[in-house]
Amino acid sequence: MKHKVMGVINLIHETDELDRLTQGRCLATVPFGGRYRLIDFALSSMVNSGISKVAVFAHTKYRSLMDHLGSGKPWDLNHRQSGLFVLPPATDDIQEISRGDLYHFYQHRDYFNRAPLEFVVITRSHMVCNIDFEPVIQAHLEHAADITVICKQQAEPILGKARKVKMDEEGRITAIQDHFGRLVSDIHSMEMYIMRKELLMELVETSLAQGQDHLVRHAIFSRLDKLHVQGYLYEGYLGVVNTLASYYHNNMNLLKPEVWKELFFRPGSIYTKVKDEPPARYLESSKVSNSLVANGCRIEGTVTGSILFRGVHVRKGAVISNSIVMQNGIIGENSFISHSILDKDVEVASSRDIRGVESSPFLAGKRKII
Amino acid sequence: MGRKEMIAMLLAGGEGKRLGVLTKDLAKPAVYFGGKYRIIDFTLSNCAHSGIDTVGVLTQYQPLELNRYLGIGSPWGLDRRDGGMAILPPYVKQKGGVWYTGTANAIYQNMSFIERYNPEYVLIISGDHIYKMDYELMLDHHKRCGADVTIAGIEVDWSEASRFGLMHVDDEDRITAFEEKPKTPKSNIASMGVYIFTWSELQKYLIYDEANRSSSHDFGKDLIPSMMRDGKKMFTYPFKGYWKDVGTIDSLWEANMDLLADEPPLTLNDSSWRIYSVSPHQPGHHVGVSAEISASLITEGCMLEGKVHRSVLFYGVNAAKGSTITESVIMPNVRIGEGASIHRAIIGEGAVIQAGVTIGSPDDEAITIVAVDQYVTNDHMLQEVEHS
Repeated sequence: MKHKVMGVINLIHETDELDRLTQGRCLATVPFGGRYRLIDFALSSMVNSGISKVAVFAHTKYRSLMDHLGSGKPWDLNHRQSGLFVLPPATDDIQEISRGDLYHFYQHRDYFNRAPLEFVVITRSHMVCNIDFEPVIQAHLEHAADITVICKQQAEPILGKARKVKMDEEGRITAIQDHFGRLVSDIHSMEMYIMRKELLMELVETSLAQGQDHLVRHAIFSRLDKLHVQGYLYEGYLGVVNTLASYYHNNMNLLKPEVWKELFFRPGSIYTKVKDEPPARYLESSKVSNSLVANGCRIEGTVTGSILFRGVHVRKGAVISNSIVMQNGIIGENSFISHSILDKDVEVASSRDIRGVESSPFLAGKRKII
Repeated sequence: MGRKEMIAMLLAGGEGKRLGVLTKDLAKPAVYFGGKYRIIDFTLSNCAHSGIDTVGVLTQYQPLELNRYLGIGSPWGLDRRDGGMAILPPYVKQKGGVWYTGTANAIYQNMSFIERYNPEYVLIISGDHIYKMDYELMLDHHKRCGADVTIAGIEVDWSEASRFGLMHVDDEDRITAFEEKPKTPKSNIASMGVYIFTWSELQKYLIYDEANRSSSHDFGKDLIPSMMRDGKKMFTYPFKGYWKDVGTIDSLWEANMDLLADEPPLTLNDSSWRIYSVSPHQPGHHVGVSAEISASLITEGCMLEGKVHRSVLFYGVNAAKGSTITESVIMPNVRIGEGASIHRAIIGEGAVIQAGVTIGSPDDEAITIVAVDQYVTNDHMLQEVEHS
């Protein structure tokens, strides 16, 4: 990237209505799309845009996050300089963990101050997209904006929960409201903010001094009249994945070839932790259509309209339709599964019948035996 | 630097002439195998699982692609501060430099690399074979026998024995004689080209062999026989399991087909013995509404709308509607047009098979090869694809 940019993936108080999928893990590491975790999309987008210093603000249940990110190697972030920094809460008092994200920025201000970088891109982990930040920075400079907010204009309803945004003709943001607000707009905030590092640090300090501790709700909402907050409309595919309905829907969207091609390949590849699974094995009796299948699977049964993560075993006579089966799931002989989400290591015995409905898929927690 | 008990020297300079166009710009160890691997992944993964953390990879022929692939050895856990992977091409010395003239000469020229680690034992392997083997067990056997050299041996079919270098052994695994590809074999124990030497002995014989002007400086032809003549303690390590030299088109195709059996002789799914490789970072493969896939291996990144039966597909293969692929090996990023039909073929990386093209036929046993980046049209005009 021409400009000196650092990235922050902010996991603090992310809206999370994923039920049991986030019982033992944070939203950022919810498995998605056959072999990824939600955070892979923001992380890969940053790396593909040439950002080589990325901080992840870990907050709660971050064991799976540390495990997944490791040294940052799959994202090419294990550098001599810069690289990946996982920053968990630096607090003495357990009460402080519930404070807003600005407090967290403040605690880690040394990290920002030490970095010889001009701009900061702040994102969340649950906006599933493949975006190049370079043109966003360009637009940010062209508009001489203080803050640029990346948004998605979309007439069809967004199933997840996203803030709504109102823009004027020049694209300047005049109003932002939480998802439950009354504002009527088809423009949704992608919770991606670009600003100069100095401005961020200033916002952190002045807001905290006034007893405000939320970056968006306090520092940005309340300054829409004082600061030039510009909107940038992202054209690519977006999945807002913070509710169970949107999780299911956005996984199923990957079965559309055009979404698969766009999200995984354009403008760059999405990287994730390498598992060294062999290619998927289809046996003589397998019947698969309209599905996404990761490496390490062994398929003897029938699979339609479904997503199989790495290492799933579909035994003879089993039928899986419109479902998501996560890593190392085992579906027993002659079992029938439809409209279901099976978390990692779920084992379904033979001749079981499990049915959810599209609006409310059946959900089995990690390691459950059915 | 601490002393290493055993380091590995991996001979990866093979031209693989018998693989024809598949090794035109590629050393044989870098040839693709099994849907996501290259041949060399198997020996490197063996090292990783056998606790060997220092591997010298000797390259010579067409090393560019291989070097790029190996990098600093991270996928095999060989990016170490102390030891790790080192790529050892021939180099210019004070008194001029020469190409590696034989397998023994290649090691001779890199004796200073071995001396740095001052190992007790040296494992010599090649990057040309597909097998899973714990070299640590072989080392235990070597020590137990008090051997100067141990050569891994595998029982082969008597009908095929004359294709191999054979060893005669006694009841205690001691090697009593060698036969190199005899017309009428008297033993069916083939040398796998996997050697463990006690370093002090190997060092002596490398120097001795180098000084011998009539030697071709080859382990099998020169160095091992001269140890035999001197009555050195030579043992075989009996290996049971899958082992295949994929040096010909037929054997490469066969070894790929071997993977498709319901219970394949070589399992890739063993979680305690994973085969490591460089990840191409591709999403799960997409099986379209009209696709039919059976008895096949399919890798991530493929987009399939056609019929696939008894085939191995590498990553990024695109097969359009109405296309048929049977008994074939399709290497990475091949594009197959609508209605095209491919039978008993190996299609090189990046090739484009235009709509309606027919390659191979069910009545013909022969295996068709399409070279890397070839553009195959209906009148079989072959031309290289231009990369954009």
